[in-house]
Amino acid sequence: MSTEANNEAARQANAADTPEVSIVNIFVMGKRYQVPAGLTIMAAIEYAGYQLIRACGCRAGFCGACSTVYRKDDEQKLHFALACQTTVEDGMYLVQIPFVPASKAKYMIEDLKAEENTILSMYPEIARCVSCNTCTKSCPQDIKVMMYIQNALRGDIAKAAELSFDCIQCGMCAMRCPADIKHYHVGQLARRLRGKYIDTQSQDLKKRVAEVEGGQYDKEIEELVGMSEEQLRGLYNKREIEAKKKKKEGE
Amino acid sequence: MDLLYYPGCTVKTSAKCLETSGFAVIKALGHNLVEMEEWNCCGVVASLTDDDLMHHLAPLRNLIHAEDQGQEKIVTFCDMCGNTLKQTNLRVQESEEDFDTLNNFMDQEEDYKKSVDVQHFLEFLRDDIGFAKLKKSVKKPLKGMKIMPYYGCTMLRPREVAIDDAEEPTILADLLKALGAEVIDTPYKIECCGSYHTIEQKDLTAKRAYRISQAAKDAGADAIMLSCPMCKFNLDYRGKDAEKIFDGYKQIPIYYYTQLLALALGLDVENCEFESHTVDPIPLLKEKKVI
Ligand code: SF4
Ligand code: SF4
Ligand code: FES
Repeated sequence: MSTEANNEAARQANAADTPEVSIVNIFVMGKRYQVPAGLTIMAAIEYAGYQLIRACGCRAGFCGACSTVYRKDDEQKLHFALACQTTVEDGMYLVQIPFVPASKAKYMIEDLKAEENTILSMYPEIARCVSCNTCTKSCPQDIKVMMYIQNALRGDIAKAAELSFDCIQCGMCAMRCPADIKHYHVGQLARRLRGKYIDTQSQDLKKRVAEVEGGQYDKEIEELVGMSEEQLRGLYNKREIEAKKKKKEGE
Repeated sequence: MDLLYYPGCTVKTSAKCLETSGFAVIKALGHNLVEMEEWNCCGVVASLTDDDLMHHLAPLRNLIHAEDQGQEKIVTFCDMCGNTLKQTNLRVQESEEDFDTLNNFMDQEEDYKKSVDVQHFLEFLRDDIGFAKLKKSVKKPLKGMKIMPYYGCTMLRPREVAIDDAEEPTILADLLKALGAEVIDTPYKIECCGSYHTIEQKDLTAKRAYRISQAAKDAGADAIMLSCPMCKFNLDYRGKDAEKIFDGYKQIPIYYYTQLLALALGLDVENCEFESHTVDPIPLLKEKKVI
């Protein structure tokens, strides 16, 4: 065996033992850090030694607390992401936006009506939209943000609610809009109006709420509250899963 | 014929009756308006007074949407939407530089191929159908109705996007004649209604509504017929306000041309949604036995 082949074998054996971790360079507020590739932006920032007190919540892509703006080394475009959901790439210049100032209109949903101008009267600034689509391009959830604002503007509450459904209120759109619109509050109002006034109310839910309020489950709840952790776990593991039950019945 | 239809926000909110009556008319004439799958606010005319390209994005985006749907024409009822869309369409035809800047900004969208024509519904009636032919479809002539056609500004200015002569327009008068009404002509037909001042300066707009309507009345008109939702709001709603400013003044009814056309074509009065008007237009129609 030649020395070269020997070396190659040794190298391969080595690689099998300790998988090579590639390292990427990221920049946190302008300072360079070397972090293992494959980490999420959030994990990478922590790996670099930061402790996240804000700009971090659910770590699961739901809360919208971890909005991140980045630009890659030589790229013209700015990017927007959730730190807990996006993996680091070499040359990322990162900044966290833990909070977005965006005042919310005050209303009692019970006092509102789902009419064409309801949203416009609460958020008149939506009429300033110039359809630049910057909001859509800034949304880490890939929501058609401009179109939900446009539907709110034309009084199509149901459509605005539908299009904004996946909004996690991260606020990136509101930070970028040249018309200073507070998109996510607009979407939220649309969904609230739709839920309360437009969609048909679920009869099952109504029935169940009445049962709950009538005290039908009080005894069961009391029993649960009195149980030990072990008992609860046992009960949980033995629970009947509806989908499974249905499948069985089908067989 | 299927026509691609650009609605605009106003006909979906405060001017629904314009859309409803317009749809009834087009159906009766054997055509079909198909609403664009995706559209945004036209950007409104006033936004173009700022000479920044940003405000051409909204109209341009709509023109691109029309191209996406493979159409070469969009039809709209609203004078302001028509005006804005036409102005941008013209701007990108005339300035290659502006066109490039806009296209570069919209880097995720298809480039506009400049293939779309913007048509006001009135132009469709005049140029594609023809008033002479329209006259033959009239089942209930508006006999005895003395009406001043009112044009306002946005269908006539700027000249480059006007659908008729800016000083001596006739399109509404010609339509009225085809419908069998008596045209009352006054110089106030092209007087500005006050437009957006209606938001901040309600009295100013009310006084303008008074001047225009009073001129119509003095010349013997019982009503005014117009096309623009903004003018309609100012003459109808602010005109009613004027009753509080001018002793003994009574605002005359304001009709959209689509409403009178619907009635003349023998369509049900329901299609006009007159209940949304401030000054009730029904008594005059009953008096003249149109309904
Ligand atoms: S719509 Fe705005 S607030 Fe909602 S997820 Fe998208 S960028 Fe965030
Ligand atoms: S960023 Fe603002 S102005 Fe631009 S499309 Fe979105 S809402 Fe409209
Ligand atoms: S931490 Fe909640 S979405 Fe990222």
